[in-house]
Amino acid sequence: MTDLDPRPSPAAPVPSPRALARRRRQRALGRFARSYAHNRAGMFGLLSLLVIATAALTAPMFIEQSHLSITGAPGQPYEPPSAEYPLGTDNFGRSVLDLIIWGARVSLAVGLLATVVSVTLGTVIGITAGHFGSSGGTGGRIASTVLMRITDWFLVLPTLVLAVALAAVLPGGTGTIVVAIGLTVWPPTARLVRAQTLAVEARPYVERARALGGGHTHVMLWHVLPNVMPVVLAQTTLLVATSIIAESTLAFLGMGDPTTISWGGILEAARTAGAVSAGIWWYMVPPGLAIAVVALSFTLCGRAVESVINPRLRENR
Amino acid sequence: MTSLLDVQDLHVTYRTEGGDVPAVRGVNLSLGPGDTLGLAGESGSGKSTVALSLLRLLPATARVEGSVLLEGEDVLAMRWGTLRAVRWVGASVIFQGAMHSLNPVRRIGDQIAEPMQIHGTAKGADAAERVQGLLRQVGLPASRARDYPHQLSGGQRQRVMIAMALACEPRLVIADEATTALDVMIQAQILDLLRSLVAEHGIGMLMISHDLSVLAETCDRVGIMYAGRVVEQGPASGVVHAPAHPYAGALSAAFPTIGDPASRLAPRGLPGDPPDPADPPAGCVFRPRCPVSEEVCATLDPPLWPVDPDEHGDSDRHAACVHVGPERPVPAAGEVR
Repeated sequence: MTDLDPRPSPAAPVPSPRALARRRRQRALGRFARSYAHNRAGMFGLLSLLVIATAALTAPMFIEQSHLSITGAPGQPYEPPSAEYPLGTDNFGRSVLDLIIWGARVSLAVGLLATVVSVTLGTVIGITAGHFGSSGGTGGRIASTVLMRITDWFLVLPTLVLAVALAAVLPGGTGTIVVAIGLTVWPPTARLVRAQTLAVEARPYVERARALGGGHTHVMLWHVLPNVMPVVLAQTTLLVATSIIAESTLAFLGMGDPTTISWGGILEAARTAGAVSAGIWWYMVPPGLAIAVVALSFTLCGRAVESVINPRLRENR
Repeated sequence: MTSLLDVQDLHVTYRTEGGDVPAVRGVNLSLGPGDTLGLAGESGSGKSTVALSLLRLLPATARVEGSVLLEGEDVLAMRWGTLRAVRWVGASVIFQGAMHSLNPVRRIGDQIAEPMQIHGTAKGADAAERVQGLLRQVGLPASRARDYPHQLSGGQRQRVMIAMALACEPRLVIADEATTALDVMIQAQILDLLRSLVAEHGIGMLMISHDLSVLAETCDRVGIMYAGRVVEQGPASGVVHAPAHPYAGALSAAFPTIGDPASRLAPRGLPGDPPDPADPPAGCVFRPRCPVSEEVCATLDPPLWPVDPDEHGDSDRHAACVHVGPERPVPAAGEVR
């Protein structure tokens, strides 16, 4: 509506809307990067994740795959750390460092995928239950109650036992582990998101959104979702750590895919090979440390991202 | 001229655990294009309930009866889809408390464009351009569209709410305590803005406030509400400066006259509290607090009677008091006001 503005437009050449949008997006990205860089713990987490992810992704370029099979093991069994094998060798003579790097591929992939599954599930259920519970009439309240009772039911089931049962019932493979973890760790997310949804729905801007003709989908996606995103993000970072640990646990218990190498699998192999009683520390400690470092890094990154993304946390510093 | 808004015999009852509580008991209003009507009254008099019932924004516990005709269509009988289409395009609301009526994690421009996107009146670059126009119209720089609500002052946020109310070019704007939380200077600016927008666009405006001076300044006509009823209605200057109903008199006397020491030294308030809406007194609801009540008031609940123009200066005035009614008792010494 240019006729609303009686003032003449400036003489400078007007860039196209697309160029303006691109420049704006670049500026926003720059702001995000600068704010993030101020967070030292976040930078530490990001760097260590980058190193681990790069190593995992480029592993096929510097690790001979035949060296990872029992028959093609290059060294002697239980060689202590040396220049050739920085973390020693396992009971078959494979390099533990190679195993760790290779195992990162499965552990990271399964952890991330399972997190995506469970966070999506939890967020959808939480927002739906929260929204229709507060503003959906009688039918909505019933649906919301049913959803939350299902959530409670999943919440009281011991996660690990359920995951083990699922992994045992479903056909074996990495996908099964993702599903087993994803289907068992979503209830806390659903409860958290529902609580936050109820808080957001009570705000006047949701009433305003209804007054201006917004329907359920509009309120849930446009107003509630961005306001619960900080909670979802924080939950995601915690869940990545949980999922990686859960994956390791399942593999350690022998539920994983025996043909793939993962950190939990290495730990299990070390246990069955008797590395604990033999004092072969270089076989057991590195996979445990790797799990801890990755879990910590995700948590640090998540907290940093949350403090950058949430405008209320950002401007008050 | 067909009327823009025509409310007939509006009743709103809240169902609570302690029984039904009538909040609005038989309100009639009508408003034409370009008209401004003010509704005043103390807290709990039902003025906000009236405003929200016009677009069916009340919670599910409220039962609304009567008829609300918006451009000839009955809002109360509309189906959900039609109602959603009417919201903001037919009538929009400037909410009280602009601090909280804006989503803190959305940019100002996106929120002003929100109704346009919902109703499909403008999209993408068109919407962005229109947002800039609206921002300039309410006296904010167009660059503010990039800001988040917390980066704006209270007055600026209220301007954003006004811009949002105008986004779909509604015929009727309901301003619910639009200036209540603002300081006097900002309040004057916002009122000026509203006045000029109404005049420029021929919008009908219903303004809700507890501040009679605000309404006197902005509106052509004013209605005074007490305990869910309109007790006096008429041209703003008449109602405010020469009220016929004793409650309207008390309300207008509550504002001190600047520079008049008498009004400062002898503040005139109104003793007592408004009646419990769940259990209103018999007869005239204002009787327990009325300085000029008569015996007949205990039994007679007066309807809105036309006020005698000879006595109160102008025509088209109505008041719900026996003192203006056809069978009024002989005025005692020290008449109304």
